[in-house]
Amino acid sequence: MIEINKSKTKTSCYHCGDFCDENEILIAEKSFCCNGCKNVFVLLTDNNLTSYYTIEKTPGKSLKQNIGNKFAYLDDPNIQTKIIDYIDAKIARLQFKIPNIHCSSCIYLLENLYKINEGVVAVRVNFLKKNASIVYDINKISLRQLVELLANIGYEPSFNMSDIDSVKPLNPNRKLLFQIGVAGFCFGNIMLVSFPEYFGLDNTTKHYLSPAFGYINLALSIPTFLYSGQDYLIGAFKGLRKKLITIDVPLALGLVVLFIRNFYEILSHTGLGYCDTLAGLIFFLLIGKWFQQKTYDSLSFERDYKSYFPISVVTINNDKTTTIAIDKLKIGDRILIRNNEIIPTDSILLKGKANIDFSFVSGEKEPIAKELGEIIFAGGKQTSGNIELEVKKLTEQSYLTQLWNNDIFAKENNSKVETFQTKVSKYFTFALLAIALSAAVFWAVYDTSKIIHAFTSVLIIACPCALALSSPFALGNAMRNLGRNKFYLKSASVVENIANMNTIVFDKTGTITQSNDSKISFVGDALSEFEKELIFSVTQNSIHPLSKQIAHFLNMNSAIILNDFKEITGKGIQANVAGNNILVGSASFLNIKEEENSLLNTRIYIKINQENKGCFVINHTYRAGLKHVISNLSNKFSLHLLSGDNELEKTYLQTIFPSKSELLFKQNPSDKLLYINTLQGNKNKVMMVGDGLNDAGALKAANVGISLSEDTASFSPSSDVIMDAANFEYLPYYLQYCKNTMKVIYVSFVLSLMYNLIGLSYAVSGTLSPVIAAILMPISSVTVIGFTSISTYLLARKMK
Amino acid sequence: MFILIGCSFILAIGFLVAFIWMVKSGQIDDDYTPSVRILFDDGTLPEKKDL
Repeated sequence: MIEINKSKTKTSCYHCGDFCDENEILIAEKSFCCNGCKNVFVLLTDNNLTSYYTIEKTPGKSLKQNIGNKFAYLDDPNIQTKIIDYIDAKIARLQFKIPNIHCSSCIYLLENLYKINEGVVAVRVNFLKKNASIVYDINKISLRQLVELLANIGYEPSFNMSDIDSVKPLNPNRKLLFQIGVAGFCFGNIMLVSFPEYFGLDNTTKHYLSPAFGYINLALSIPTFLYSGQDYLIGAFKGLRKKLITIDVPLALGLVVLFIRNFYEILSHTGLGYCDTLAGLIFFLLIGKWFQQKTYDSLSFERDYKSYFPISVVTINNDKTTTIAIDKLKIGDRILIRNNEIIPTDSILLKGKANIDFSFVSGEKEPIAKELGEIIFAGGKQTSGNIELEVKKLTEQSYLTQLWNNDIFAKENNSKVETFQTKVSKYFTFALLAIALSAAVFWAVYDTSKIIHAFTSVLIIACPCALALSSPFALGNAMRNLGRNKFYLKSASVVENIANMNTIVFDKTGTITQSNDSKISFVGDALSEFEKELIFSVTQNSIHPLSKQIAHFLNMNSAIILNDFKEITGKGIQANVAGNNILVGSASFLNIKEEENSLLNTRIYIKINQENKGCFVINHTYRAGLKHVISNLSNKFSLHLLSGDNELEKTYLQTIFPSKSELLFKQNPSDKLLYINTLQGNKNKVMMVGDGLNDAGALKAANVGISLSEDTASFSPSSDVIMDAANFEYLPYYLQYCKNTMKVIYVSFVLSLMYNLIGLSYAVSGTLSPVIAAILMPISSVTVIGFTSISTYLLARKMK
Repeated sequence: MFILIGCSFILAIGFLVAFIWMVKSGQIDDDYTPSVRILFDDGTLPEKKDL
């Protein structure tokens, strides 16, 4: 067999880096893969913006798709007011979410947009959030023109229902930063004022400086306690009302005791008070909190169906087309859906050839053909030309969106596991109170003057600062390290949830298989157009998935009518097309010696009029390293597979999955949800790995939902983790890393307990002084922070 | 002595105010883009003048 030499000098597009095929365009000695890319280059060259290509190589995105009048709906004033933040007679300001922002060249180009169109006044990009805030002159450029300009240079803003409905929240980190600022300010100044006392003042200065310093300290500790420390006090209060003892309770107890004792000691001139300990404690705690609160701005973990649907649809009224917002659709409206558009709501097919791809909704990967008059459910994607539909239900009531009415979506944080920290703090608080009381009882017998001192000292010194810091730092570090490996957690506490799992449920389509269909190649002499048409006509008539893939790959416009067609199950197809005898099928069926046999791909051979033409190589679309992932995970977890697809691949999957795992097929979204609930009912901690809307319920119901995404900027259903699909093979390592992180927390917990014991020995003996507290508290905190940071870092290096 | 303490406090409060101001003006909202932005040329390419 003759293999085409694949390394034939292919040039890559100067703009987007894709390989240029026969449509290659040459301009200024640079090659472009398509007209779109060339146009961008010309536009940028004309406007002196060629630095775009020098900052990063091939920074563009391929522009093979045509825009058409896709953005016509932006001329609608109702939609405009939803998008525009501010408008006056001259200018308008708005924010676009632009998923394509991916490199520094993007920032350069977008911020220099004013050079291309003088209507643009200013653009400012926020790279991490992938958004651009734009000010433009409404007299020179319309919203639609602006969006089309962006789309033409490859930066199409994304609009969807949820973006428009939602109110943009302010950065919640700000309050925390203010609190840290205030605590840091007070902490620093209290330390400054306390030092002279610790080092000893001579008798003359002591007389008037000591009380003054005391009052200054006291004054500084009030804002620290009331403003910076308020979250701990409120948290503890709320917890107690729900009869929950969280880590906030012993912390708040320590803080309150510290605060009262400071007042007493300083106002009664009996001591120095522990103002520095109080401020330091709050300062360190807040730093820990800040560290844990890392969020991924560019990712959204709370998406529902609204972000999947477009915001507008074309309606047809007396042969006139208008674009309206989806929430304005009424039952009975006639809508036009173009190729590759999503059906916004349940409707009836009136005109056109409907071939709907429901893979994202149901997991079924073959497009489904629909007859005129049939109902088409919302969420499918039309794949064969324009169709006209009549709306039967409003979007919020459609079949797909009803899944969101399940109770699962109403509850928050359902069935999450009790964290290690809360478990410990319960025992910790009781032990703490017991020790404090016994110390008080002991001194009541021996030396009544020390009762209060010993009792409060215990509560102060045992304040679990180091304990409260170990979790945030270890989890926060773990989250960052995983994020560097494109495994994005919703919050740091997910690390702990992952470490507790014992069952993993996989979705099939899109999760363990890849969703793109570009895995077909033809090996042999290049086929003529006529031969392609012949093969297309034959394969198009078969319902076998492999034939469908070949037909899709060839994608011809016309098919020739077959004279004779015979499909032999498991072997191939024999057909007669316009006098040509055609055989399509396995090597044995065609009597050809197969050269290599691999489990990774299937070869479909072609014979036309008894002449061997070559074969189509269809690579199995299973993700790289699937076998390795499954065998690695099967030691530690019980594995399950839920597929919306049919059972065709069951036999192959059985060879990969261990024999005891359940493989279920033809599961609809609510089946999956119920299955997860059943598993949880049997006291399993379930992790769900899925990708599409069909998994949305299961992902939400599972203790941990991981959604796999080919492109983390695009839609992914609401989940706890968003994972880059390209790194799927490393999943076992990520899970192991989470478990190891928990071990780090256990060790650091022991470490902080040891510090507590040292402190307690002073406290119960009634000899605790402010100096010891002031030394012990920061030292224990720093040790714990240092230990957790270094060990999580080392573990992360091991992971790679 | 007390004047010095007072001075140090005023200074420290100044820093605190500066910090709060900084957070409010959104300087910490985006800690990546400016690092790239500073590397760009002004864009106004120097026009070649015939001397």
